[in-house]
Formats: sequence, structure tokens, C-alpha cells
Amino acid sequence: MPKERLRRAMMFAPGNNPAMLQNAGIYGADSVIFDLEDAVAIPEKDSARNLVHNAIKYLKYPCEVGVRINHISTPWGYDDLECVLEANPDFIRLPKSDTAEDIKEIDEIITKAEKKYGFEAGSILMMAAIESPKGLRNAYEIACASPRMLGIAIGGEDFATSLKTSKTREGRESFAAKSMLVYAAREAGIQVIDSVFSDINDNEGFTAEATLAKELGFDGKSCVNPRQIDMIYKVFTPSAKEIDYARRVLAAYQDALAKKSGVISLNGKMIDAPMITRAERTLAYASAVGAC
Amino acid sequence: MSKIIKAAQAGTVESCDVLIMIAPADPGAGIQVELISPTMQQYGTHITKLIKETILSCGVQDAVVHANEKGAMDYTIAARVKTAVDRAIG
Repeated sequence: MPKERLRRAMMFAPGNNPAMLQNAGIYGADSVIFDLEDAVAIPEKDSARNLVHNAIKYLKYPCEVGVRINHISTPWGYDDLECVLEANPDFIRLPKSDTAEDIKEIDEIITKAEKKYGFEAGSILMMAAIESPKGLRNAYEIACASPRMLGIAIGGEDFATSLKTSKTREGRESFAAKSMLVYAAREAGIQVIDSVFSDINDNEGFTAEATLAKELGFDGKSCVNPRQIDMIYKVFTPSAKEIDYARRVLAAYQDALAKKSGVISLNGKMIDAPMITRAERTLAYASAVGAC
Repeated sequence: MSKIIKAAQAGTVESCDVLIMIAPADPGAGIQVELISPTMQQYGTHITKLIKETILSCGVQDAVVHANEKGAMDYTIAARVKTAVDRAIG
């Protein structure tokens, strides 16, 4: 799976639920994440990792498939890696990432597994969820800790808890953190994914949070219910108005080039380099998602 | 070679899953499988064979197995059997 790809909707599926695992690919998410962590009760950690291993190894999915393991400081993390890597997942997601050392250690484990099983070196990617102030402070180092890193994410519920506050519908408690994560991801040149929105019956709240994420610069959003996937796509797909504007910006740019004019304007407004870049990006993105 | 030393189970009776209960058997008894399945006629033989083969691949030669299957695919049956065996060999 390429490191750079659309990851607008990353849908979690509980690792110990066969019905959800085997159907995870039919809902159209860009990526699915099989969860061995919070969605699995402690007595079932062994059962879940065997099930996830078999699902990845024997079933075909039309999308990227990752595994959220338990943190390697828990009694289950290393066993999760030993079990699921043999199945060749597309990526491993580490929760509660606090330091670059966590990432480097897992990178080494994955490297050994790729060699042992004859997988292409570097093919199994990683992502890290930031869920604490310490993780946030180290976000850039975490993002740069391995060439396998495809992106960083924020774990909203755990992050709010670590701040000794609660998750608000408007996301006030995580606004600053989300912005800092975008800065870290962009400086590191990797993607950044917004957290899940737990209330699956609050479409308005979900759409508002996804819209804020898009405006802050996030590449996508995690979700826990297939109903949320289309809502994410609607938010992250450039509108007809945005596409039209982008086309007119580029047309004005081409026109200025043809006239050898150093000044580009559109409807009386000056167009400069960043706006041209944004217009090109909008059209490329719209093309990639099939919006134009 | 591994030996089942205690009874153990894995899985559930939820849709698409299988509940595997495994218990020790006398040496030489082989793997005895009792299966309940809504698709007994169509897939009973296949599921029983899969359970036995999975247990053998874990290095266990003798076991008593009760399986209550609810439309589980092969990958699920194999995973639940492996988990039950791992729990039963201690």
C-alpha cells in the first residue's frame, strides 16, 4: 500500500467481532483499523489478536487495513505484534504514543518481521495516536521517528482525560492540540487524522467536528460507525464552488503568464503564489476523490 | 507435541461466530468433535475437518471438542479453535 494515499475516513472495527471484521470493507472507508485495544476486553485480548490475524491473512479487503495494537508497555502489545505482523497488515497503529523511542522500537520489530516472513522491506507502515500532553510535546519527533510513519492522529477521549477535563461537543478542549498536531505533521511531511466522534446519533455534531478538522488542515477523520463515512466524505470533498474558484484562479494565472504580467488578479483580488498552490491542490484532490 | 491439560473455551454464540469448548482426552483417543451448526447438512463435514486440522496443527493429538457454530467463516473457526487450544494447554 502506498504511504501517500487518501485517508479521509479511517473506520475502526472491534477486533474480537467476526461479523464486523469480515464486513468492514464493504462500507467504502479509505482505511479500516482492526482494534485490539480499547474495543477488546482484557480476557479476550488473545482471542482478538488471533481473529484479526486470520481476517487479514485470509480475507480480501478493497481498502487499506491496519491494526491498533495495545501499547507495548501493556502485557499485550508485544504479543499483538508477534501475532498480527505475520498476517502482513498495511499498517500498525500505536495508541498513546508519548515518545519517539516507542516508534523506533516498533519499527525494529516490524523490520525483523518483514525479513522473517519475506515481506517487502518497509512495506508495513505505522501511525501514532497522540493522547497526552507529553505525546503532544513530542509530536514532531514521533512523526519523524521512522520512515514507516504515514501519519499521526489525536485520541480525543484519552486526551481530554489527560487534561483532567471532558470532551466537549465543540471540541474546545482539543482545539489547540489539534492545531499543534497539524503543524507537527506538516513539518514532518506526513498525514494527520482527526479523532473519532463517539456520539453516533449526533450527525450535526459529527459534521461540525469534521468540518473544523478539515479547516484546521487534517487529512481525514477516524470513525466508529459506517454511517459516518459518507458524512466525512461530504466534508472533505471540495464543493463545486471551491472547484470552480480553483479553476478560475489557475486560468487567471495562465492568463498572466501569457501576458508576461507579474501581477495576477481575479475579480479585483490579487492572486499570489500560495493561492495558486492551494488551487492546484484543490483540483488534484477533487480529481483524486472523483469530484471532477 | 502439546497436551490439553484443562478445559477452555473461546468465541461466542453471536452471529458469524463459533463457541469452541475444548477439554482433555485420554492419550490415543484422538480428536472428538461434537458440532452444532445451522448448516450441518451442507458444511458439517467441512467444519468438523477444519476444527480437527487446526487442533492438529497446534500439535495436539487428543481432545474433546464441542462447537456451537452460528454461521462462522473458516477464518473465524480456525482462530477460535487456536485460541481455545492455547488456553487449554496452559
